[in-house]
Amino acid sequence: MAEPMRIRATMTGDIADVKVLMNHPMETGQRKDAKTGQLVPAHFIQEVTATINGVTVLSASLGSGISKNPYLGFKVKGPKVGDKVVVNWTDSKGDKNTAEAAIG
Amino acid sequence: MNALRRNVLKGAVGAGTVAMAVAAGLLKPTQAMADWNAAAFDAKNVGDAMKGLGISAPVDSKDIIIKAPDIAENGAVVPVEVTSNIAGTTSIAIIAEKNGTPLVGDFTLSGGTLGFVSTRIKMGQTSLVRAVVKAGGKSYTAAKEVKVTIGGCGG
Repeated sequence: MAEPMRIRATMTGDIADVKVLMNHPMETGQRKDAKTGQLVPAHFIQEVTATINGVTVLSASLGSGISKNPYLGFKVKGPKVGDKVVVNWTDSKGDKNTAEAAIG
Repeated sequence: MNALRRNVLKGAVGAGTVAMAVAAGLLKPTQAMADWNAAAFDAKNVGDAMKGLGISAPVDSKDIIIKAPDIAENGAVVPVEVTSNIAGTTSIAIIAEKNGTPLVGDFTLSGGTLGFVSTRIKMGQTSLVRAVVKAGGKSYTAAKEVKVTIGGCGG
């Protein structure tokens, strides 16, 4: 978790466009470490939830087939500028991360 | 002094139990996340992945639009956008049909979220990228072929 999650949320009319960039290796368990020749164990984000002003708007289950440093974009109708977007994720090792941003 | 030791030990035991259980193999890390659908995500073919998601016989729909490159130069990062114009869309699943484990993501939408999801996926080889949409208790699907020049699953 070298860098925190980045969230950008902007309003276009009555639709909030939310873009999230998470920091995570998303290892499939298929990749061989270049130095040791050993398989790097699977380690990837499994659950992501997003809320706007406390209301859940997205609940995503991810597999290791999502690219490294997962990007997620979604659109919500109804929020307003200033509403708070909170994103949480949990990975296959039980690690968690959270970040929030106001809709701009 | 004894009380302090007792408290420290109590705290250590409490904090360590999940970690210990994981190390002992009693509680596998993937099982700790009760909601994650391992049956669907570990499935090695599209049929089993759909079964795992509780989807049977999805209807082909032109109201699902998949935006993805015709040719992906880097199979490790393929941008995929799925738009569902089907009323009452509650979830969108993305499947890369020829990946070792085809189900890549399952997105449940609520609270005013539109039928739209944008992400980046890994593709091992040229294949159909399939979207499966659940709306109003029914399932719908569409697919688009994405050619991959360099596979991106790390194998």
